[in-house]
Amino acid sequence: MKKSYLILTSIFFIFIFTIFYLSLGKNKTYNTEDIVGNKIDEIDLELFNDSGLFNTKEITNYNYIALNFWASWCAPCRKEHNVLMQLSKIKNLKIIGVNFKDNHNNANSFLEEMGNPFYISTKDTDGKKSINFGVYGIPETMIISKDMVILKKYIGPLDLKDFKEIERIVKK
Amino acid sequence: MKKVIFIFLLIFLSTKINAKENLKNNILKNLRCLVCQGQTISDSNSDFAQIIKSVVDDKLQEGLKEKEIYHFLSEKYGSWILLNPPIKTNSYLLWFLPYILFILGGLFIYLMVKKRVIEKK
Repeated sequence: MKKSYLILTSIFFIFIFTIFYLSLGKNKTYNTEDIVGNKIDEIDLELFNDSGLFNTKEITNYNYIALNFWASWCAPCRKEHNVLMQLSKIKNLKIIGVNFKDNHNNANSFLEEMGNPFYISTKDTDGKKSINFGVYGIPETMIISKDMVILKKYIGPLDLKDFKEIERIVKK
Repeated sequence: MKKVIFIFLLIFLSTKINAKENLKNNILKNLRCLVCQGQTISDSNSDFAQIIKSVVDDKLQEGLKEKEIYHFLSEKYGSWILLNPPIKTNSYLLWFLPYILFILGGLFIYLMVKKRVIEKK
């Protein structure tokens, strides 16, 4: 009888240990795994230098879109800009820039200084439109397919590793 | 008479405004700030929290209900943004484990007591 108690108690403790181990080992920071595979909404974004609007439905006209949220005041955006310039050379991919809560003149100077990688430039002056894309800090970049599905989302500045991954995705 | 109607109208309007404000505060308290993750959107002063507060305000103005606002935000940010996330298949064990342990513990004590009673007899 004592033996069966010992086995039962051991099983119980192993069970509890496994639960704690699995739960505590999980990444407790926000990630984008719930968003990848979702379709983006049809949203009107103001064009950056013109008075018109860009509706995200127009994404269906292109094979792949990189939707990049940036601002001139954001230091990591400066860091990733070279990668964006490299990405703009990929034929199968068009980059749409969303200038986030920025001063228009500063944003223009930024692009003049660093180069303009954007096929279409838009802006979100109060940051509310970006909520529709699940943005919570910039820079953020989403790779979107022709059918408006999010294939990948990058939080933070893009680097060379991301560039190679994006290249692989859009060459499929 | 006009005064009485005016006062009633004032009370009616103020309760309406209060109810809306309470609902908004309740929603903001149930949302997690993704930038400063230990805080709710209501407590946080981050830029992200300010935008979410404004978006929740807009959605309430548009006539969306509390659940619809949670649905909208969890579609964009995943259930991570909700402080009270819905029960999913992969979290069943977490939700029901205390109850299972409670039942098993009760069963264990019952069997022990029963065994001792039989032994005493």
